[in-house]
Amino acid sequence: MKAPPFQYHRPQTREELSALLSSLENAKILAGGQSLMPMMNLRVLAPEHLIDINRISDLAGIRETADGIEIGAMTRQADVLSSDIVKARIPLLIRALEHVGHIQTRARGTIGGSCCHLDPSAEQPAMCAALDAELIVTGPEGRRIVPISEWFEGLLQSALGEQEFLEAIRIKPWAKGHGYGFAEYARRHGDFAVAGGAAMIKAGNDGRITRAALLSFGVEASPRRLSDAEVALIGQPIDKLDIEPVVTEARALDAMEDVHVTAGYRRHLAGVLIRRALHEACTTLERQP
Amino acid sequence: MTDQSVTFTLNGQQREAAADPRMHLGDFLRHSLGLTGTHIGCEHGVCGACTVIVDGSPVRSCLMLAVQIDGGTVETVESLGKPGDLSPLQKAFSANHGLQCGFCTPGMLMTLEAFLRTTPAPTEEDVRVAISGNICRCTGYQGIVQAALDTASAKANRT
Repeated sequence: MKAPPFQYHRPQTREELSALLSSLENAKILAGGQSLMPMMNLRVLAPEHLIDINRISDLAGIRETADGIEIGAMTRQADVLSSDIVKARIPLLIRALEHVGHIQTRARGTIGGSCCHLDPSAEQPAMCAALDAELIVTGPEGRRIVPISEWFEGLLQSALGEQEFLEAIRIKPWAKGHGYGFAEYARRHGDFAVAGGAAMIKAGNDGRITRAALLSFGVEASPRRLSDAEVALIGQPIDKLDIEPVVTEARALDAMEDVHVTAGYRRHLAGVLIRRALHEACTTLERQP
Repeated sequence: MTDQSVTFTLNGQQREAAADPRMHLGDFLRHSLGLTGTHIGCEHGVCGACTVIVDGSPVRSCLMLAVQIDGGTVETVESLGKPGDLSPLQKAFSANHGLQCGFCTPGMLMTLEAFLRTTPAPTEEDVRVAISGNICRCTGYQGIVQAALDTASAKANRT
C-alpha cells in the first residue's frame, strides 16, 4: 500500500529540528526509514507531520571522545559496519550488524533510528544494552544523558520525550583483548530474529573471569541483561566454565509468544543462543601469555 | 498535500519533476517519469524488486520518498543496457538463465551492479549474502549467483 498523507518537513540544523518538535503535534522523525516507511505503507502509522532529519549532516559520524566512542544517531548501519574505530574497539557491534537486514536496508537504516524504534528483536539497541551505552538526547531543556538501562520503557517504547531527539550513542569500549560473542536465530539470514544472545567477558592473568556481560534479546519485549548469571561467572576459570546459571536464567525469562513460535520454544532458544554466544566469547578472548 | 519540486540526476541526466511528499521513489520513477523498468513488489521493504542505486548505494525505492532524492543521484535498470546492447551483467543473466518471469530481475541487477563496484572479486558466499535481500521465486538463485561470478571474472580477465 501507499503511505497516508502527511506534511513533510526537512530541517537542515538541530535548531530547526528542535523548533519543529516543539511546535508540531502528531509528528514523527524520519531517520533511515527502514521501519517507519513500511509501517506507514502498511498504514500502521499515520503521523500528521513527518520530519526528515537526513539533511542534518552533523547528526552522522563516529568519533572517539574522552568519555567513549560516540556514534551519531544518523550514522548508517553500513557506515558503522565499515568503521575502523568500531571494528577495532567494539567488535561485538560489528558481529551483530552483520545480521541486521540486507545491504539495501543497511545503506539507509541508522543506528539511532533502530534505538528509537525499539523492535524487541532489533540487534542494535540490544548491543547497546550489552555494552552499557549512554544515549545523548536533546530537548527543550537542553541535553541529557540517558543510561541504556533507563531507555527501554516497553514494547516499541523508549524514554525519548515527544519534543526530544536522539543525538548520539556513546559506548565505552572494553579493554583490548576482551572476548565477545553473538548468536541469533532467524528463519532466513537478515530476517527479524526470533531470539538472540550476546556475551562479553574479560579474564585476568590466572584465566579467571573478571568481568562479564550477558544479554538475551527478542525474548521479552525489551533486551534483558542476565545479571545474576553475570555475577555467577566472576572468578570462574574460562577453561572450566559452569554455564548452568547462564542457561537457567535465560530459560526463565518472560518470553513472548507470537505467530512464529511459542513462549516455551523462545525460552529454549534463549538458553541455546546465550550458550553459543558465551562459547564464542571464550574463543575470541585473547589469552594472557 | 501540495506537490514539491524534486531536482536530481537520473541515469546521468538532470531531471526536475513534482512529487506529492507521500509518493515513494519507486512510484515516482514509474508513474511520474515513465521508467517502468523498476518493479514494485511488496512495498514494505522485504522483496527487493524495487532496488535502485541512490548516491552509489543500493536502496529499496519503496522505502524512500521521492522528495528525499532532491539534489541526489539515482540509477535505475534503464541505465544498464538496451535491448540488443545488454550490459555485461545483463548478458551473464541471459547466458546463465538467471531469470524466468523477470519480476525480481531489475532489483537483482541493480543490487549486483552496486555490489560488484565495491566488491570486484566476490566469492560465491559474498554474492549470496549480497542478494539475500532480493527474493526470486523462479530460478532458485543458482543462475543469478553464477551470472554475478561470471561478470566479475570476465571483468578481471579484461583488465
